[in-house]
Amino acid sequence: MSAVISHPLPTYGAKIAQSRAIAESAWLRWLLIGTALAFLGLFLFVPLAAVFTEALRKGWDAYLAAFTEADALSAIKLTLTASLIAVPLNLVFGVAAAWAIAKFDFKGKSVLITLIDLPFAVSPVIAGLIYVLVFGLQGWFGSWLSDHDFKVIFAIPGIVLATIFVTFPFVARELIPLMEAQGKEEEEAAIVLGASGWQTFWRVTLPNVKWGLLYGVILSNARAMGEFGAVSVVSGHIRGMTNTLPLHVEILYNEYNYAAAFACASLLALLALVTLALKTLVEWQATRAAVTAE
Amino acid sequence: MTARPSKSNTVLPGFKPALGYTIFYLSLIVLIPLSAVFLKTTLLTWDAFWATVTAPRVLASYRLSFGAALLAAVINGVFGLLVAWVLVRYRFPGKRLIDAFVDLPFALPTAVAGIALTAVYSTNGWIGSWLEPHGIKVAFTPLGVVVALTFIGLPFVVRTVQPVLEDLEAEAEEAAASLGANRYQTFTKVILPSLWPALLTGFALAFARAVGEYGSVIFIAGNMPMVSEITPLLIITKLEQYDYSGATAIAVVMLVISFVLLLAINGLQWWSSHRHTK
Amino acid sequence: MSIEIRNVRKNFGSFSALNDISLDVPSGELVALLGPSGCGKTTLLRIIAGLESPDQGQVLFNGEDTTERHVRERQVGFVFQHYALFRHMTVFENVAFGLRVRPKQTRPTEAEIHRRVHELLNLVQLDWLADRYPPQLSGGQRQRIALARALAVEPKVLLLDEPFGALDAQVRKDLRRWLRRLHDELHITSVFVTHDQEEALEVADRIVVMNKGVVEQIGTPGEVYDNPATPFVYHFLGNVNLFHSRVHAGFARIGELELEAPEHAAAADAAALAYVRPHDIDIQREPDGASAFKAEVSFIHPIGPIVRLELRREDNSEIVEAEVTRERFRELDLKDGESVYIKPRAMKLFLAEAA
Repeated sequence: MSAVISHPLPTYGAKIAQSRAIAESAWLRWLLIGTALAFLGLFLFVPLAAVFTEALRKGWDAYLAAFTEADALSAIKLTLTASLIAVPLNLVFGVAAAWAIAKFDFKGKSVLITLIDLPFAVSPVIAGLIYVLVFGLQGWFGSWLSDHDFKVIFAIPGIVLATIFVTFPFVARELIPLMEAQGKEEEEAAIVLGASGWQTFWRVTLPNVKWGLLYGVILSNARAMGEFGAVSVVSGHIRGMTNTLPLHVEILYNEYNYAAAFACASLLALLALVTLALKTLVEWQATRAAVTAE
Repeated sequence: MTARPSKSNTVLPGFKPALGYTIFYLSLIVLIPLSAVFLKTTLLTWDAFWATVTAPRVLASYRLSFGAALLAAVINGVFGLLVAWVLVRYRFPGKRLIDAFVDLPFALPTAVAGIALTAVYSTNGWIGSWLEPHGIKVAFTPLGVVVALTFIGLPFVVRTVQPVLEDLEAEAEEAAASLGANRYQTFTKVILPSLWPALLTGFALAFARAVGEYGSVIFIAGNMPMVSEITPLLIITKLEQYDYSGATAIAVVMLVISFVLLLAINGLQWWSSHRHTK
Repeated sequence: MSIEIRNVRKNFGSFSALNDISLDVPSGELVALLGPSGCGKTTLLRIIAGLESPDQGQVLFNGEDTTERHVRERQVGFVFQHYALFRHMTVFENVAFGLRVRPKQTRPTEAEIHRRVHELLNLVQLDWLADRYPPQLSGGQRQRIALARALAVEPKVLLLDEPFGALDAQVRKDLRRWLRRLHDELHITSVFVTHDQEEALEVADRIVVMNKGVVEQIGTPGEVYDNPATPFVYHFLGNVNLFHSRVHAGFARIGELELEAPEHAAAADAAALAYVRPHDIDIQREPDGASAFKAEVSFIHPIGPIVRLELRREDNSEIVEAEVTRERFRELDLKDGESVYIKPRAMKLFLAEAA
């Protein structure tokens, strides 16, 4: 949906300065903390722990074997490929869109922003479906594509397209508010001093938004590598060919090969943990940059 | 004196290529393919369309998808507010780590969440085995759907409420206290009213995300037609049966509802940002 | 380099920001564009810089039309209201930016860049801050760095948008004297925008008073202050008392008072407004013929070397503000509630349709 899908870069430190007049009593405080932690434990930590426990249930050897096997390796490769194509494309788009939207005034701007948000509002299954309708055998270009012996659906191009769709707004969404907040005075100053458009962009604009940019890239990469629904519709689930890692997890799971399924899942869970760590690091850096800019 | 057409009022270059590329890429990836769904349904007669989208099995799936999403969003509204409150107002060990982990549902692939929740909440799982003697079955029931949707919607309310709560002025609460309000009155009359827009936005975001969710649900739902089959799964089932027009018809219904939700959310965010213009 | 502005118009939608503006800035002068916010002064400055283009009209540098020339080639230095320093670059890199972005053929060597940047930093007396980042500087320091950065490209024209607007009172005073001295040293044609009359009066060689997109008056600080051309200029520069009057055949009538108004000899029983500065109000204990109002002292407020008085006219109860020196005040020995006779020593009449 909108902005908050990625928790916007934080404000400069919470004001927790609490006077005695407005503090809760200790027992209520701990009751609230306890309830919140119990809720998070039940829904976040226990399932996360379960992934690793289940993955290691049959020991280290079985664990390692699960993703060194050929189908798993090719699934990993495809996942990386799809995200390596999708993320840079959406990065370029995000920068172009943010430049146009944040630095210029034009009619229909808010409509454009809403349209960029659209992919967040669309069910992943429908995201897959639309490409089937366009490129599938029954679709608009289906017969033309099959005449030219080029497959999009049930093939890698379809997977890449679906991945692009579901990660479409991330970078733009991160950059637009950031660049709007920074205004255009610095860019104007650069131009007055004789800088060309590209020099202004590379030397002034980009360094100012680098943390927001990185943040968007991290989030879209996580989504790209983990996408299931959209990719599932267009993939055709051909082992060793059009299986991404999340789809591979599903196949193993449906074959009751739980240990292997969870082993591959744990790899994705590790990716999620790395994402969270990087994200926290970037937030921290951005906060520091913002605080020194105070 | 020469008359010129009014130029754009900035010297920054690159507007036309940037906007041109934005619109081109947006059309190519999003708008044209999405329009395919609507064009495809126009091939259906109104009666056929209506029959498809109101078939008993489809209606049952709406009830489940929207009902469970609503319930999950309510749970997240209550507990998300609590988590945001605790994270902003209190100090306790491990707070920063827990703050970072709130985003786990954004980062964890939905399929992983699905099988993990199933493992935990099935009758021989860590939590499921403890619930079963009390007659509560979670996995492979509609309740499982609610659990999965609660998981994936968890960060929305926390992350919309948190910044607003951080920006609240302590003075307002102190003023309320100095005027004789007790803590409960201060919360309901001073704090909650300023949190409403954010809370509603987070609720709507969580709801909208849950309605379309697929990956995490199908593992835990059991997928019994009429009982625990969600709408997105029904679309996939129809696709697998090569019933493209059926799948598309249901997709149109979901899309229209999603667009309405998106507009509502944008409206809410507009409201909340203009309510507090400083 | 001289600047000429000819018949410039600029609209934003239906709002007319500049309405047929023409003015000359002679080479080497320091000119202030003075007016309330929204009067179009910043838009005019940005048009001179080339940051905006006029809908109509021309901007000439040394007699040469630059309207179509890109801001990059205009050789102007621009100091932004909020300085627009590059926040991720050190002070040194900020000042060096304009030299570093030059094409290879004209770019100075690294040693030359170093020399020039330090020279400029010395000029603004901030060489010791070269390695700091803009967020670590005070407002006044940022302002001077922004100036050094603008000067680095050896501009022919220096344009400053509210250069002291974001500073506190004391720093503002110091900086504007410093800017005046710097200008006397460099003699670079400069235009600055301000809404602060005191600032314009103190710093500028010449003041352009603007209001609602038109030029109200152009003149030296003395001319503009002592001889305002329009009621607006009267209001905008300093305090002023307003008297309703009627003008007939070279005489103005204010209440019972009849005063000579030779400049309006042609007027026949026309409504007019008389503008009188508070320090041009003469106060007497005793009536001086018929040419004075009777008024009651309603408020006495000594500030520094002068005493500000509020006087209530006996005929219509309107309040008249007057300023007298302490000496004169002691001479008169005034108390609250006492009756005095007042009359304008000097005034300016504007006929009703002009007012």
